[in-house]
Amino acid sequence: MRSQIEGSRAVAQTVARCRPEVICAYPISPQTHIVEALSELVKSGDPAPCEYINVESEFAAMSVAIGASAAGARSYTATASQGLLYMVEALYNAAGLGLPIVMTVANRAIGAPINIWNDHSDAMSQRDSGWIQLYAQSNQEAADLHVLAFRLAEELSTPVMVCMDGFVLTHAYEAVDVPTPEQVDAFLPPFKPRQVLDPADPVSIGAMVGPEAFLEVRYLAHDKHLRALEEIPRLGAELSAILGRPCGRLVEPYRVLGAETVVVALGSAFGTVQDTVDVLRAEEMPVGALAVSAFRPFPYDVVRTILENARRVVVLDRALAVGVGGIVSMDVRAALAGLDTLCYPVIAGLGGRPITRDSLRRLLADAVADRLEPLTFLDLDRAVVERYTATGS
Amino acid sequence: MFQIRVHGRGGQGVVTAAELLSVAAFNEGRHAQAFPSFGSERTGAPVVAFCRIDDRPIRLREPIVDPDALIVQDATLLRQLDVFAGLRPDGYVLLNSERSWDELGLADVAARRRPGRALIVPATRLALTHVGRPVPNAALLGGFAAMTGLVSLHAVEAAIRDRFTSGRFSSGRVADANVAAATEAFTLIAAELKESSRA
Repeated sequence: MRSQIEGSRAVAQTVARCRPEVICAYPISPQTHIVEALSELVKSGDPAPCEYINVESEFAAMSVAIGASAAGARSYTATASQGLLYMVEALYNAAGLGLPIVMTVANRAIGAPINIWNDHSDAMSQRDSGWIQLYAQSNQEAADLHVLAFRLAEELSTPVMVCMDGFVLTHAYEAVDVPTPEQVDAFLPPFKPRQVLDPADPVSIGAMVGPEAFLEVRYLAHDKHLRALEEIPRLGAELSAILGRPCGRLVEPYRVLGAETVVVALGSAFGTVQDTVDVLRAEEMPVGALAVSAFRPFPYDVVRTILENARRVVVLDRALAVGVGGIVSMDVRAALAGLDTLCYPVIAGLGGRPITRDSLRRLLADAVADRLEPLTFLDLDRAVVERYTATGS
Repeated sequence: MFQIRVHGRGGQGVVTAAELLSVAAFNEGRHAQAFPSFGSERTGAPVVAFCRIDDRPIRLREPIVDPDALIVQDATLLRQLDVFAGLRPDGYVLLNSERSWDELGLADVAARRRPGRALIVPATRLALTHVGRPVPNAALLGGFAAMTGLVSLHAVEAAIRDRFTSGRFSSGRVADANVAAATEAFTLIAAELKESSRA
């Protein structure tokens, strides 16, 4: 049943219906409402059995999730920004050990300067951590992706991050059809761990691996991600049939047929991009858009197939590789290798700067005239920059 | 699409006002989206929240810069920031105050609006009377329903009851009190509109 609900609450209710057995929580804006809502749900007795563990830090949150997952419990946590960075050492261990932990990242900028607002710097910093990364455009998608994430994680034995834009989605009220317990149960069977830490039947997990096999362990992790490129759409189709709405696509093209210029975006900005495309299409400007929903693994072949007929691609990067430029745009470029399609990276929406229709309109006007610089900073306030450089610092 | 911007101060239920309005619109079968201006909210600091209502699904996520309506929960903000920025020429303004536009030195604001589109309701007084706390949001939503007809009083009431039913609100007293405040504000604004249409 659709209800008008806060994004965080929709995600919490969905996660609860996935029957996690251990939830580790350490609060940080803008993730807090998710773990608060889950603590209420666990206290009310549904989900059960479920242990809600208040930990002393994000490092502990991921470490406890690792322990719980290795002991055979379906484990969940959520974080954002500095919190994600604080759990990094454990994050790589979760991936290396192949533990199917699911984590919500309520995407937020990284300091300094301290900034609580939304961009993708946090999740992008963990691009190569071995976690699958799925990006939600809306709260409906954020909720549904968690159901997919648990099954995907457990089938592949690999952890999955569901990324939802902090505040823009987590704190937004909109209609969400929270998957029912029956729908979730029809899709997500009980967790059957491949091996379990059990004193009655001892095994070692995470023993040292030397030069003779470390490369092979990494190769196997890579292979798992390549399989995820097939599993995500397969499981997505299965879940879509149960839920009666699309879910679990690697990418989502929008009006790309005949589009000379295609805007690529991740997450909640895609809605604003779609509205802008509609306006420009009505003005006979041949533009389209492509949402990348699965960023890790990156669906190179699918992206190439969709973009190969475009003359130019404008990639909205909501994180900056300082000294280099865009991060998603590097992958898009790699996907387009050997084609004549031009790729324009655009750093946009950092630290909560809104990506507006007006800004996108100006950006696309410059793009179709091939007036864009090799790297664009959308809505950069030159006056602020010049004031600072004038001080000689 | 109809876009509402709510201005107020931390502690006045600004974000809740936008959320309740979205629930009221949803209850009437519309598509609605509400979101705060994403600050670190502190009691007393200026806070902005947004609500969009449409007959079609809403994909747009940018802040509202050209609102169709403004709800101003605290008149002291009028001296501090340009709450009217971007308001559409035929837009609505609903202000919480005990004073008139003239007394506030804002006669021009009312004069620029179409009749019945710049109104004042003593929402804090209504909240103190009914709820016992200076939380003007429910009363303003009642007044907003009367002024715009965008949502019904019934839908606002349902949204308030839906919000204040569980946990520490389970007695229903807080819901009843807020509904009473909203209803009185609705009646006041409806009477004022009737009066001015007769004049």
